[in-house]
Amino acid sequence: MFATLIEMFSYSFLVRAVVVGLLVSLCAALLGVSLVLKRYSMIGDGLSHVGFGSLAIATAIHAAPLAVSIPIVVVAAFLLLRISASSKIKGDAAIALLSTSALAIGVVIISMTTGMNTDVCNYLFGSILAMNRSDVYLSVALAAVVLTLFVLFYHKILAVTFDESFARATGVPAGAYNMLIAMLTALTITLGMRMMGALLISSLIVFPALTGMRLCKSFKSVTICAAITSAACFFLGVVGSYLYATPTGASVVLVNIALFVIFCGISVYQTKRRAMA
Amino acid sequence: MPINTLIRCRDVSYSYESAAALRGVSFDVNVGDALCVVGENGSGKSTLMTLLLGLKAPQSGSIEYGGGLRANQIGYLPQQTAAQKDFPASVREVVLSGRLSARGLRPFYTREDRASADRHMERLGITHLANRCYRELSGGQQQRTLLARALCATQSLLLLDEPVAGLDPLATNDLYQLIDSIRQEGVTIIMVSHDIQSSIRHATNILHLHCEPIFFGTVDQYIASPVGQRFLIPVPVCAADGAQLAVHAVQ
Ligand SMILES: Nc1ncnc2c1ncn2[C@@H]1O[C@H](COP(=O)(O)OP(=O)(O)OP(=O)(O)O)[C@@H](O)[C@H]1O
Ligand SMILES: [Mg+2]
Repeated sequence: MFATLIEMFSYSFLVRAVVVGLLVSLCAALLGVSLVLKRYSMIGDGLSHVGFGSLAIATAIHAAPLAVSIPIVVVAAFLLLRISASSKIKGDAAIALLSTSALAIGVVIISMTTGMNTDVCNYLFGSILAMNRSDVYLSVALAAVVLTLFVLFYHKILAVTFDESFARATGVPAGAYNMLIAMLTALTITLGMRMMGALLISSLIVFPALTGMRLCKSFKSVTICAAITSAACFFLGVVGSYLYATPTGASVVLVNIALFVIFCGISVYQTKRRAMA
Repeated sequence: MPINTLIRCRDVSYSYESAAALRGVSFDVNVGDALCVVGENGSGKSTLMTLLLGLKAPQSGSIEYGGGLRANQIGYLPQQTAAQKDFPASVREVVLSGRLSARGLRPFYTREDRASADRHMERLGITHLANRCYRELSGGQQQRTLLARALCATQSLLLLDEPVAGLDPLATNDLYQLIDSIRQEGVTIIMVSHDIQSSIRHATNILHLHCEPIFFGTVDQYIASPVGQRFLIPVPVCAADGAQLAVHAVQ
């Protein structure tokens, strides 16, 4: 086992991928708790599709992928909140609109320029080779920003997530905190997308939060549990994908599913036992 | 605006897409008042509360705040929370979140915040529930938790939308005592209630809404007014008569 790990980490691209991946999973899990509870789980999915569209644009104009996709995805996050807050198009419908439009635009641009090739497949399902040195620096910096902001605003995020109108009524600028969460989500998604794949990245947002909620009874414990399970699942997923030569993104999701099922089982068992006692 | 006027509503109207909920509502609330808002179901009481809190803007008319009142000095108990049923938060976390508004940008709770949360949980008799999960409480226990949160946020104004709904008789009684005591601490109270008999004993002013305000004045004026007389008729009179007749018949 140890020999395998040492062998794995002798590849520098794998070390880079694991560093970036762990940081992204950590951020996604923290933000995910709030997003899932606010019924915004699909925001990650919508934004990752927008990310796909923006990667297609970046490829077409030969620009650096992150330089193009970060601003586009951040703007999309801003729009999503605006649309669902102010008009009659509700959150889920707004996300569906945005994500399918972005996907369609991306596919058309790709077919007009490079054509459907392995790059496209990598965008959709992720590739562990995608991370270069500058991605590592960027993701360390972004993860530091996300983690710091999350810790500093933790209590506010709790309050705004629990009861937005109370927060608003008592003078907490709830809109600003919603915006903050959306921005941080956009950054996390764009960073993780190329490794996990546009179709799979939102699993990092949803699964850890849901897994944590099976067993934990307070916001704090759910958040901590989600962060730990997310990082652990990512690591196991990468090791698994190395051992069995499976795609990284999909392997990580499979580990997440397994853990979710295990936690569900434990929670059912606990309820049963309490009913017996 | 006079110096001791906290809220001044002038000709406030609000309508939802379907129909008008409030029309031409005017009243003043002075510092130290306890205003009780009464009226039938659907008469616009909760709508008025959300307007006073600035959650919605009136379509016409004006709401002015005096006495240096800022939103972060207001405590609020909603009639129905937007809070989700499956939210994993402990009672302590929910109550503490009431302290948040007064903190501005400071990120963490101080010992003082925790002490205040503990005191209010104690006052509402939920100290033993502090570490329980909010979603696993009974309706009345949830109501007490939200009341404790509202009290944590209160510095100069407390808005309560049907605070006694779902509370048992003892807790109801305690709550009225509590309202009296925080009013003595100088907090102004606006309360929506269907428990009119008790409310008039603990309020100073009454606003009777029926989309339009049909009465606004002091409790004594209300008791003397035709509106008040009609609304205050003790409902179980007939039932009691019936019971007495039955007793006579048995004798
Ligand atoms: N979100 C909404 N959308 C449309 N109409 C609404 C909405 N909320 C309330 N109304 C309407 O506005 C009117 C006033 O409602 P409101 O909730 O203020 O009544 P209320 O006096 O608080 O009643 P209750 O005693 O039942 O709490 C009602 O006719 C109601 O149908
Ligand atoms: Mg109401």
